[in-house]
Amino acid sequence: MIEATQPSNSPPVVTKMINPAALELYRQELQSRQDPDAPVVIVCCGTGCQAAGSVEVVDKFKEVLTGTGWSGKVVPMIKPTGCHGFCSRGPLVIIQPQDLFYQRVTVDDVEDIVNKTILNNEVIKKLQYKPANSKEVIPKAGDIPYYAKQTRLVLKNIGKVDPTEINDSILHGSYSALAKALTRMTPEQVIDEVANSKLRGRGGAGFPTGLKWESCAKQEGTRFVICNADEGDPGAFMDRSLLEGDPHSVLEGMAICAYAVGSNRGYMYVRAEYPLAVKTLTSAIRQAEALGLLGENIMGTGFDFKVTISTGAGAFICGESSALMASLEGKVGRPRPKYIRSVEKGFRDSPSNLNNVETYANIPDIVNRGGDWYKSYGTERSAGTKVFALTGNVYNIGLVEVPMGISLMEIVYGIGGGVPNKRALKGVQTGGPSGGCIPIPHKIPDINVGYGKLAEAGSIMGSGGMIVMDEDTCMIEVSRYFVNFLVEESCGQCTPCREGLIRMREILNRITQGEGREGDVELLDEIGRFTNNFSLCGLGTSAANPVLSTIRYFREEYDAHIRDKKCPAGVCKPLFHYEIDPETCTGCGLCKSKCPVKAIAGEKKKTHVIDQSLCIKCMECYKNCKFRSVKIM
Amino acid sequence: MSGTACACRENCNEIEIEIDYNLLDRIIRDDYGGNKEAMIMMMQAIQRVYRFLPEAAVKYLSQVIEVPLTKIYEVATFYASFSLEPKGKYILSVCTGTACHLRGSGGMVEHISKRMGITPGRTTPDMKLTLETVNCVGACAVAPVVVIDEKYYPKADIATLNDFMDRLNAE
Repeated sequence: MIEATQPSNSPPVVTKMINPAALELYRQELQSRQDPDAPVVIVCCGTGCQAAGSVEVVDKFKEVLTGTGWSGKVVPMIKPTGCHGFCSRGPLVIIQPQDLFYQRVTVDDVEDIVNKTILNNEVIKKLQYKPANSKEVIPKAGDIPYYAKQTRLVLKNIGKVDPTEINDSILHGSYSALAKALTRMTPEQVIDEVANSKLRGRGGAGFPTGLKWESCAKQEGTRFVICNADEGDPGAFMDRSLLEGDPHSVLEGMAICAYAVGSNRGYMYVRAEYPLAVKTLTSAIRQAEALGLLGENIMGTGFDFKVTISTGAGAFICGESSALMASLEGKVGRPRPKYIRSVEKGFRDSPSNLNNVETYANIPDIVNRGGDWYKSYGTERSAGTKVFALTGNVYNIGLVEVPMGISLMEIVYGIGGGVPNKRALKGVQTGGPSGGCIPIPHKIPDINVGYGKLAEAGSIMGSGGMIVMDEDTCMIEVSRYFVNFLVEESCGQCTPCREGLIRMREILNRITQGEGREGDVELLDEIGRFTNNFSLCGLGTSAANPVLSTIRYFREEYDAHIRDKKCPAGVCKPLFHYEIDPETCTGCGLCKSKCPVKAIAGEKKKTHVIDQSLCIKCMECYKNCKFRSVKIM
Repeated sequence: MSGTACACRENCNEIEIEIDYNLLDRIIRDDYGGNKEAMIMMMQAIQRVYRFLPEAAVKYLSQVIEVPLTKIYEVATFYASFSLEPKGKYILSVCTGTACHLRGSGGMVEHISKRMGITPGRTTPDMKLTLETVNCVGACAVAPVVVIDEKYYPKADIATLNDFMDRLNAE
C-alpha cells in the first residue's frame, strides 16, 4: 500500500485521547495546521484504478513533486484514496481546491498535470471527462452526473480521506459519534436511535438492525460483535470499497454497536481475496488503538473494545451468518438451523451480533445526526440509502449510492449512462447469484428499488450487486452460470440444495448444448421451487431464483433453445454461428486482424468470409465490427 | 523452498519438500498462540510459505494443536483457497465473476485449458503453470480480468493470454 506523503506541517505528536473532549481538540488542532489553499492531488487507489495503474501514477507524482522539478510555493499534498466508484474511467485524479477531474491518467501525464495545472492553473483538455454521447466536457468532479445524481451518505468520505492515515479521517469527523455515544448516550438510547432510523441489514436479508441489537443486548454472558466482510457475490464490491476507502467508519460503527449491546470483543471476517482491504484495516486498527480510539479504556471512558481480523478462505457460504461464525472458530463453514438465533447463541455459543460492513458504516452518522435524519431518505419500508455495484453492460461501471425507492431506469440511464455499443437493454440482475433478473424496460417498464418491490419482481435486494445485461446476453446461459456457481459453493449438507442445484445444472447444461427436451422448463420449475422451499439456509432458499426468474420473464428464450435449437443472443456456442453480411461489410479488415485463430479471409474493401471450421466463436469479430456486419445466425 | 520432483510415477506432481519446523513453530505457536480457533489462519500462513499445504506440515500442525488430521483435511478441502497439490511456477487466475463472465472469461478459461492441456485447478506436468479461476476480484470495471502472479491484467483478451503462453512455452 502506498504511504501518504506528509503535509507541509507535520501532524501534532500522537498521544492517547484521555477523554472524549480531547478528540475534538485534536481535530481542531489538525484543522489549524492545514493550509486551506494548498493544492491537493487526489489519486484513486481502489482495486479498479490500481489494476489500471494508479499506484505508478502516485509514485510518479511523488517523484516529480519531491524532485527538483517543483518550483511552486506550497508543496502539494498527494493523497491516495479509496475507490471513488467511477472505476470505468480510472485511474482518476482530482485536483483540489479547484475540484478538477482528470480521467484515465497515465504516468506520462503526471509531469503535464504538475507543470500546467498545478503550477499554472491550466486545464489539460484530453484528460477531462466527456459523458457518453456528448461533446461538452465536465471539468469539475462535483458536476459529473454520475456523482451529482447520487446521495452519498455511507460513501461520503471515500475518495476524500486517505485511508492509510487516521488523522485525515479524524479531520472528517471519524470517532466523533463514538465519543458522543460514550459520553452523552446510554446503550439503550443508542439502540433506540438505531431502531428509530429504520436501518435494515445491508448484507441482503434486510433484518431491522435496531431489533437485532436489542435482542443481543438482552442476552446474558460474553457478547461478540462481528462484522461480515465476506463479500462473495461475484460482481459486487461495495464492502471492499468501504474497507479500503474508509475503514474507520466501519470500525467506529462496530465500536458503537459493542457499547450498545455490551460487548468488548469484535471480529472482522474479511475475504482473503481482498488483500488490500485486509492491509488497510490492519493498519487502521493499529492507528486507532495508538490514539486510544479502540482497544482498552477508549478515550478514558473505561470502555474496552478490541477488534481482530480473521480472513476467509474462499467459501461463498461463509457469508451466511452461522457458517461465518463456524469459520471464525476454525471449522468448516456449514450453516446450522436457526431456531436458536445467533444473537442468543452464535460464535463460541455466545450471544453474537453480526452485521454487514455497510450496516456498520451507516451507524456513526445515525448516532451523530439522529434516526429521524436517516429515515428522511428512502421510503417508509426501506429507509436510507443503499450502495450498489453497477456493472455489466453499462457505460459508467462503479459504485453508486442512491436513496432507497429510486427508479431502476434512473440508475441505469441517469447514473450509469445507459448501455454502450448501441445495444438494447434486456434486464438488470440484482442480488448476486441468488437474486433474479428484472426485465426492464420491455416486460416491466420500471421498478422502484426497495426490499419489498424487488421481492415482488422475483428478485432480492441482496448485498447490492446490480448487473446490467444487454441484448447480447443469453438468459439461459446466465442462469447456468449462477447455478454452476452455487453448485460449487453449496456446502452440501442439506439435500434440496445439494441435489436440486446439481440437477438444475444438468438440465441447463443440456439446454445450452442444444440438447434440451420438451418438459425441461417444467422440470426446472419444479426442482427450483422444491429447492427454494426446503433448503436449510439463506443460500439454498434463494438458490433457484435465477432460474425461476428467467423462466418467468424469458420463457421464449428457453423455447428458442429447446425447440428451435437457436440461441438468439449468440452465446451458447453449439446453437449459433457467425456470418458476415455481404450487404453491409465494407471490407475494412478489422475483424480479420482481431481474429485470434485466423478464421477470417477477405481482401481489402471486399466482403470478408468466416471459415466455420476454424471459428472458435470468441466474439472478437462480432464485438469489434463497426458496421454490425457480423451476424448471429 | 527446495525440492526435487517425485520419481514415483510418470507425470506425478508431488514434490518432496523440506519442511522448516522452526518456521512452522513460529507460525503455529508464536503468531497464533497454538489456538485451535486460528487454524484456518495458520493454514493460510503455511500455504503462503510453500504455496500449497505439504502433507508433512499439515501432520505437524495436527500434532501441535491437537486437531485430528481428518478435521484439517475437511477444512483444507472445504475452502477453495487451500491446495493440497503443489502449484506451478506461475499462477494464472481468470476472474469468472459475473461482469467478467458476461465479457467472455468463460471462453478464455476454455482457451487456456485447451492450449495447455489442463483444467482449472490443475498444474501442467512441467510444473510451469497452474490455471485457476476466482469468483470475483472486484475489478468489474476493467472486466475481463486475468491475474498472473498477483498482477492484474485489465480488459484481457485471447491475445493477452496467447502472448503469455507463447512466452511461457519459450522459456
